[in-house]
Order: sequence, then C-alpha cells, then structure tokens
Amino acid sequence: MQTSATDARITTRQPPAIAATQEFLTFTLGAEEYGVDILKVQEIRGYDTVTRLPDAPEYIKGVINLRGTIVPVIDLRLKFKLGKVGYDGSTVMIVLNVDKRVISVVVDSVSDVTALGAAQLRPAPEFGSAMDTRFITGIGAIDERMLILLDIEKLMTSADMGLVAQAQSAQ
Amino acid sequence: MAIDLSRFVATFFEESREGLDAMESGLLRLDQGERDVELINTIFRAAHSMKGGAGSFGFTAITELTHLLETLLDQMRSGKREIEANAVDALLSSVDVLRSLLAAAQGSGPVDSASLASICERLKLVLAGASPAAVVEKAAATVDAAAPAPSGWSIHFAPHPNLFLTGNDPLRILSELQRLGDCTVTCDDTRLPGFHEIDPTTSVLAWKVALHGEVERSVVEDLFSWVEGDCDLHIEALAAGPVTAAPAAPPVAPAAPGASNVVPLRDERASALPPASAPESSIRVAVSKVDALINLVGELVITQAMLKQQSAALDPVLNEKLLNGLNQLDRNTRDLQEAVMGIRMMPVDFVFSRFPRMVRDLAGKLGKSVRMKTIGEGTELDKGVIEKISDPLVHLVRNAIDHGLEMPEARTAAGKDETGTITLSASHQGGHIVIEVSDDGRGLDRERIAAKAAERGIALPAGASDAEVFNVIMLPGFSTAAEVTDVSGRGVGMDVVKKNITSLGGSVEIGSKPGIGTRITIRLPLTLAILDGMTVAVGEEIFIAPLNFVVESMQLNPNDIKTISGNSRLLRVRGDYVPLLSMADLFGARRVPRENHLPIAVIVEGDGRCLALEVDELVGQQQVVVKSLENNYRRIHGISGATILGDGRVALIIDVGGLARGLVEAA
Repeated sequence: MQTSATDARITTRQPPAIAATQEFLTFTLGAEEYGVDILKVQEIRGYDTVTRLPDAPEYIKGVINLRGTIVPVIDLRLKFKLGKVGYDGSTVMIVLNVDKRVISVVVDSVSDVTALGAAQLRPAPEFGSAMDTRFITGIGAIDERMLILLDIEKLMTSADMGLVAQAQSAQ
Repeated sequence: MAIDLSRFVATFFEESREGLDAMESGLLRLDQGERDVELINTIFRAAHSMKGGAGSFGFTAITELTHLLETLLDQMRSGKREIEANAVDALLSSVDVLRSLLAAAQGSGPVDSASLASICERLKLVLAGASPAAVVEKAAATVDAAAPAPSGWSIHFAPHPNLFLTGNDPLRILSELQRLGDCTVTCDDTRLPGFHEIDPTTSVLAWKVALHGEVERSVVEDLFSWVEGDCDLHIEALAAGPVTAAPAAPPVAPAAPGASNVVPLRDERASALPPASAPESSIRVAVSKVDALINLVGELVITQAMLKQQSAALDPVLNEKLLNGLNQLDRNTRDLQEAVMGIRMMPVDFVFSRFPRMVRDLAGKLGKSVRMKTIGEGTELDKGVIEKISDPLVHLVRNAIDHGLEMPEARTAAGKDETGTITLSASHQGGHIVIEVSDDGRGLDRERIAAKAAERGIALPAGASDAEVFNVIMLPGFSTAAEVTDVSGRGVGMDVVKKNITSLGGSVEIGSKPGIGTRITIRLPLTLAILDGMTVAVGEEIFIAPLNFVVESMQLNPNDIKTISGNSRLLRVRGDYVPLLSMADLFGARRVPRENHLPIAVIVEGDGRCLALEVDELVGQQQVVVKSLENNYRRIHGISGATILGDGRVALIIDVGGLARGLVEAA
C-alpha cells in the first residue's frame, strides 16, 4: 500500500521528457552516500558545540546560534541508526531551509554537488523495514556510485521526527 | 502635467481614519457635556480636511456627507446652534457611515447608499430644525465683537515648496477668499525658476491678496488653517480700515472663552489632540523594518557582550585605550538598544481610546448609565503586547457593563450614583505593566459562583479564598449569567482572556467586593523581546531564569528538604513548604560532581505559586534577548525560549509559569 503510493509519486516525477536535470548536494553517512535537493541547502558549516535540549530524542543534538537564529541540529547518523557516530574535523553540518524553517543536519562529510538527469533517477526500491522508504524519493545512479535521494522536507516535517509540534492547535 | 495621485490616496485614507477617530472621541466628549470651543474646532477640522481630500480624489459621497457635517459643526462652533443630544447622535452615526464609505472607497465592498441617504436626510433635518437659541446667540455674537471689523485685509501668502505634498491647493484657498469679498490678487513669481528646472510638484508662487469687505480675521485665518505650517502668512488690516481692531482679534488658535463651564473630565487630553494643522512630526514605518532593526541591535548587544568577555583577560595597563573604547561601546550599545526598543513602545491610549464609544453604545443598548474613566493612558507598552491585549480588554469592559453594573433603578435603590463608573487604568509596576478594569457595580456573587461550580462538578476546597472562588470564572465555558444576551453570558470570554494574557507571559487577578465593585488586574511584561535574566548553572549547562519571577535564592540546606511519599520533595522556607524541583532531573542535564559546594535553591513565583528550583550555581545577571525556539523547532515544556550568551552559545530560558502549572496538572 505504502510502496505503491511511493511508486506513483516517483512515476509522476520520472517522465519529464524535457529531461531537466536536478542538482543534489551529496554527503556521506557512514559508508552510504545520500543526496538532497540543492535548492533546500542554505549553507554548510563545521560542527560546532550545541546546546542540548531537554525532552528531545537522541538524534536531536540541540540548538546552535546561527547568526542570531536558533537552529535545531539533527544528527542524521543517529536518526538512521548508522551505529558509529564520531565528531571530528570532517564532521559537517548542512543548514537546510525546509518548510519555512531553518534546520541543520549533521553528516560525516559533504562530497560534492551532482547534477542528475532523468535517466539517472531510479525509483526507490523496496527495503526491509529497517528504513522508512517514505522519505526516499529515489536512487541516483552515477557510474558505480549510488545516491540515496532524500525527501528532506517530508523527513523533517514528519510527526515522528519530533521537530514540529504534533498538534497544530497551538499555532 | 498629470501628477500621480495614487500615492496620496493611501495617505488620504490613513489621515481620514485618524480624523474620524478624532471626531468620534471629540463628539463623545461633547456628548458628556464638555463645551470647549477647541473641541468643536477639532471635530470641524477633521471633517473639513476629509471633505477637501475626498473632493480632490473624487469620492463624491464622502464630500457630500462631510459638507453637511461641516455646515452643522460650523453653526455649533459659531454659537448659532445649541449642542443638542440629537445633533451629536446624528454626527456620531455619520462618523460610522463615513467609515463605511471610506472602506468602500478603498475597494472593500459597495457603497451603502441606503444608510448614506438616511444619514444625509437626518443631518438635513437637524439642520432645518433651527435652534431657538440661534437668534439670541446671533445677537450676543455681535455684542461680543466689540471692535468693528476692519474694512478689509491685506494677505501675503507664500506657500513653502512642499505645499502640494500635503495635499493642499493654493488655488482653492484663493477662490475661497474670493467668496468672502472682493479680492485683488497679485501673483509674485520671483521664485519661479527657468522653464527646464520647473518641478510641477513644488510650489514656487506667492500671492498678495487685498480682500475688501467686512470679514472677521478669524474667518480669513480659518481658510489658511490647513496650510499653517507649510507657508509664510501675513495678514494685516487694510490701511483704510480701523487698524486698531487687528491686534484685538484672537490668535490663530482661539482660547476657549467659556472655560468655566467646561466639565473637566479628561482635560489633560485636550492637549494630546494636536490641531491637525500642526501635527507632531512623525513617519510611518513598516513594523517589519522596526523588527529587523531590533534584531540587528540584539545581535550587536551579543557581539558587544562577547567583546567585553574577551577583553576581561587583557592587561588593563597595556590595553588601556582599547578597554576605554570597549567601555564606550558598552554604553553606546545599551543606549542604542533602549532607543530602538522605544520605537516599538506605544501609549496604551491606542487601545483605551476605542472604549468610550463602545461603552456609550453598549450602555445605550442595555439601558444603563455608564461613565468611563481612563487613567494613565500615556503608559507605554510594546506594540505587540498592545495589539494582543485589545481583545481581552474588550471582553472585560463588556463584562463589566453587562454583569458588573446594575440598572440605574437598582443603583439608586442601593444608594449609589445612578451612573456607574468603569475605570480603565494602566501603570508601571516594577518590570510590569499593570492594566486594571474596574467597575463600581454589584460585585461578584461568591455564593452563586460556588453553587454554579458545584453544579458543574468543579471541586473547590472547603475554605477556599475569594480569589480561588473567583478564579473559577476563568475556566472554559463558565458563566453565571441567567440568560444569554448578545453582549455576554455565553461563558466564552474570561477563559479566552486568561489564555491570551497568559500567552503574553502575563497574569490575571480578580478582586471583588459585594456591592462595591469588581476589579480585574492584568499584569504584563513590559516587552516581549528582552528580559532581565538570572543565569544559573545546572551541571555543565547554563539556563536563564527570568528575574521578575525570582523571589530569592538560598543555599540548599539538606535539613530543610522533606520528602512526600519518597520522591516529591518539599523545601522549608521560613516555615512554608514549597515544592523543590531539581533542574538537573527536570531537564536531564548531566550532573558534574562539585566539591565543597552546596546546591542552591532559587525560589520563583509563577502563576501565583511559589516553587524552588535546585541549581548548582548562580552565574550572574544579564539582559537577554528572547529568541523563539518555536520558529525552527517546537515548544518544550518548561522552556519559554532561548537566548544567545556572550560567548555565542545558546542558553534556554526557564518557563516558570509553565513549570508551576505543570506541577498543578501533575498533582
């Protein structure tokens, strides 16, 4: 049920014969390579000390001061349960603009910006239950590399992320 | 030479709205029996400038109506007509019609021609019903003018270059002058530049007018009252006339001759309404620009604090100049911050001024006699707060009139003044603004509220204090009104008031005495953007406790800690027991072992309750700029916001009220 819905969305996205290429910022989490829509990315920063937030899930590291704005920091490695999580010189924060919010995600390293044509986009395969395919728009194939393309907007605004208030009652 | 009028239209709408507000408040004061010439002048000027503006932009309906208003008001101010209640009523209704006409002209809805026609008819009726006093007054007027008017005036009128920008047209003034009598007009074009330099929007001409005819000086001056600040004007009696009469004429703003019979209810307000011809210089700025400025200054304050912290380690001898400079910077930033915050501050009159009309209408509808008093309307409050307290205040005032005040008969029977009084007051108290809505009505019925509470299954403690009982009326859906009217009684209101005020970080208190009246006190923080905070350390983390919640802090003596059922802890503070919360447990902070160091209890009061917060260390006090966590994240229980410390790190601000409420809900 869920997969078919995903497939439907991918297929609507696939056919553009105009073949407009899309650009993705690619980054690594452990051994995996991911990509997010470059248009969502505001900036890239080194890992900074964060202020821990009470009553937050483990993967929400806390908040940082981004030139006067309070920005929450999410460690994607913890969110995706990638096991080994260390913070060193190459640990990077990607600041994203998502749903009129500014959030920041921690990744192991940032690789490059890659343009993907329609031909290189593949629908998201069915995984086991380990990872929620709702947040994957597809797979990008570049020669030997495989990019997992994240629907970062959907991921960050989803209820189980705990980033946004559950009920919108309190405006 | 078509001048683009569209940019003036918006100004016209804004000015007209302000004019209507001024008219309304003036008329209400007339209605209450004030008879000040300047008051009628103010109303007249507002109507007059609207008429002029509407004429220029072709809003004929407005011109037509304001013309009638002007005629009526002119008769009033020249004393040809008594100020009667029905005339004031008609004028007030026409203010409403004008408002809707303005809205229609601005494109939000069709012109309500029916009400326009009916109000015009009504005004004409009032005009036609010549006041019996008119004849007598007219006779008196001629006696008043002891000195005979001179046979004419020599007027030198030199508009400033920016006259057109104020929406005035010298041509109209000149043609008005011609209507007063025979005029010889000479144009002075010495300021006229070369043809290629002409800017059609600046006024360069000046005129000399010789006006022949027995005209009073004030009539001539009135014509120029709109351009007073925007031109050089000299009016002299023509040599042919008796020159001695000129100095006897009143100055531009005639003093109120009948000042003795004016009821001084709010006479200090008279000066607060500056005549439209000499407005206090001000500019309109978008709120977003001001907010951006405030944000920037907030950043500056943070940077400055950071520099200060860094400089503390420097050798004061070697770096004397640098340190002096930093001190200077410190002072300047603080001044700058204060000044910028001041931009957002507005007098609370901004909301208070809408109540007299509401009270009058409501009192009329309910058949009650109500007097409205306002105190401290000059108290300044953050614009954001002002906007948000407006609705709660409306609720409170309506409640006070509907439930609080008795009918006139009942009041007389109780030996009270037939006219009830509603008092709105605003004042500063410490870091707070206190706004009170009080009435001298029947007071809250404790028994009835308690009975109603029992009926609805709300448990009240046996020996509940008055305040506890009264607080029940702030629960959702609670109403003791026997019947629901369209004014109030539906039981929505007090809970909304409470919710709105609480969301602003304020509190509501109810005090009432049977037969004497009810007083509702709203306590609000001065501003939402900056607060004085006490920085406390919990484990390795820093939190900010808003200083206006902090009562005291003390070393935590283990002997004073008692437990209830093993886990809830109470702290004994001079005989009282207050709940003791460990901040480390509450916010999950990692504990760091500290040697020879007793933890500290910060006693805070929020939502009417005291509680003690256990922290490891008091770090200091500082002003912090409140930042929203919810912009990019969500609300966290017990945290009201975040701020940025001097070293650039983020610290969370403790929501004392929320913690106190949380305790009650958990109990």
